[in-house]
Amino acid sequence: MSAASESYYDRRGVLSALGRDGLIQIILILNTAVMLAPIVIMVFAAFKTNAQIFQSPFSIPDFSNVTNIVKIWTETNFLRYLLNSVIVTTSAIVIILALGTMAAYGIARYRFWGASFVLMFFLAGLTLPLKLAIIPLFILMRDLGILNTQLSLILIYVAMGLPTTVFIMTGFIRTLPNELEDAARMDGASEPRIMWSIMLPLVRPALVISCIQNVVPIWNDFFFPLIFIQKDNLKTLPQGLTTFMGEYTTDWGVLFAGLLLSSAPVIIVYIIMSRQFINGMTAGAVK
Amino acid sequence: MARMTLNGIRKNFNAVNVLHGIDLEIADKEFIVFVGPSGCGKSTLLRLIAGLDSISAGEFRVDDRRMNEVAPSRRGIAMVFQSYALYPHMDVYENMAFGARLMGLDGIEIDRRIDEASKMLRLDPLLKRKPRELSGGQRQRVAIGRALVRKPKVLLLDEPLSNLDAALRSDVRLEIARLHREIGGTTIYVTHDQVEAMTLADRIVVMNNGKVEQFGSPRELYERPANTFVATFIGSPRMALLNVERSGNNLGLAGSGSVRLDRLPPSDERDLVIGVRPDALTVSTGEATSGFRGNVVYTEYLGDNTYVYVRLGDGTLVSVRSSDGTALKPDAPVVVSVAPEAVHYFSRTTGERLAA
Repeated sequence: MSAASESYYDRRGVLSALGRDGLIQIILILNTAVMLAPIVIMVFAAFKTNAQIFQSPFSIPDFSNVTNIVKIWTETNFLRYLLNSVIVTTSAIVIILALGTMAAYGIARYRFWGASFVLMFFLAGLTLPLKLAIIPLFILMRDLGILNTQLSLILIYVAMGLPTTVFIMTGFIRTLPNELEDAARMDGASEPRIMWSIMLPLVRPALVISCIQNVVPIWNDFFFPLIFIQKDNLKTLPQGLTTFMGEYTTDWGVLFAGLLLSSAPVIIVYIIMSRQFINGMTAGAVK
Repeated sequence: MARMTLNGIRKNFNAVNVLHGIDLEIADKEFIVFVGPSGCGKSTLLRLIAGLDSISAGEFRVDDRRMNEVAPSRRGIAMVFQSYALYPHMDVYENMAFGARLMGLDGIEIDRRIDEASKMLRLDPLLKRKPRELSGGQRQRVAIGRALVRKPKVLLLDEPLSNLDAALRSDVRLEIARLHREIGGTTIYVTHDQVEAMTLADRIVVMNNGKVEQFGSPRELYERPANTFVATFIGSPRMALLNVERSGNNLGLAGSGSVRLDRLPPSDERDLVIGVRPDALTVSTGEATSGFRGNVVYTEYLGDNTYVYVRLGDGTLVSVRSSDGTALKPDAPVVVSVAPEAVHYFSRTTGERLAA
């Protein structure tokens, strides 16, 4: 092992190898700084007053000053918005993963007439910007009588999420070896059991990818709630936070505190899931 | 009891015929090997028996019960796959328990069976490991264990040694032979390796192009091959086939002279094929001996034997076993003489064996 790496450096030259690796490090560090800067500013601003934000936007605040957070907790409808976001996002994700996985499993593992058409039909959804259809969707929701309900949002998000989910899951499920399915069949497993006990545990990384991929845009979505939801106690977080922006004055500190609290759940979910996802990937790679 | 009857089994994939009417009668407790070159349909036949693919025509019976429409898990058959197909997310115990649970066995019985199988296969210390933490040989044993836990009447093995390294193969081969004796069921084993087939089988099914070429004991196949395909497939180095022309009791080979043999088969065909194995031939440099003339191509020294490869007059390459062929130099002219009792006669037109 060490002999091999020594000869590698001998051949390439220690300096050029270090130089190249160093350059990569510098690029990665710069990239990290660019990515983290807005988040850091958001965290800092959540602990400042309006005046402080404008005077010294980059200074480190007094973290013991939690008036903004207390204010958001007590004087606004923040908890209600948070709950709405959780309800809408969770229901949409559960439905997307359940339907998307079943559709992908059918397309990937069974040979039937029209299978590729069904897949293409789902993929066509990738090319459709639903926002363009906002007026027909609005009329549709009105006629269905579900304007101003969370159901309208959930339906739209499911429609938005299914194409990518079916696309990702079909690809993963197709790569599973047929012999596993045959072995389970010899063991006497029914088709639903083969899917549930044998195949799905093996595509968990893909499920996590689909989940992350859908959670973030749904949680952050501002547009559809803005159109479909007017009642204040049905508003989701991104929409609710805009109520802090007044026509003439905006309390930026409170707004940033709201942003901080609203982005926290997604970041936490992401961290938990990405660990799972990385575990899944390496488990597969070592095999 | 597991007597199996295959009657005119055919398989089509769309318009392609893969199996053209297979008839086999397999007795209880037999060790049967399906052998043949890749693409001959042996694995397809195994999958039909397992129930993983549907039978296009014909009938498959186990103990007089028609099995064509019976689900794989209800045929009393278990299968070990070429890639082992262990469930990667379950440990060894779970892999073996999965099928047993689906059979509706209670926990005590499952534990007892897994205990029995893991003792037999020396898997006890591995029960809590995942398949990816096992070596190739260990995975193989788990795959066999998973099959045994279901207590099948018939055990199917699809090229079980092909993923193992050479050193392990002969060990696992012995292991499989021992297991077959201990379990006392019927075993069907698919391979393309004729050595595995010869050493393991009670009877061998030689397949080619979706047909059974011959079904018999290893000795029958070696000593009385039914046609030129079986003749060249079984035995190493291969049997040489010579296209000879018969006149009376003389067999002439283009460019190599002729040989007089007694006890030729009673046939009026002029064009024959004779098959000779390396040990039915001897090489000599003397002009006096009768035989086919040819030139040495090269010699292979293997310690206990030496194989001399000789190019005959019509371009056929024959291998000759010799106790001391080391003195022969390439291109040296030699005479290859034939032991009359060890010659196999085949028809040139059909390739079928001609009775001597």
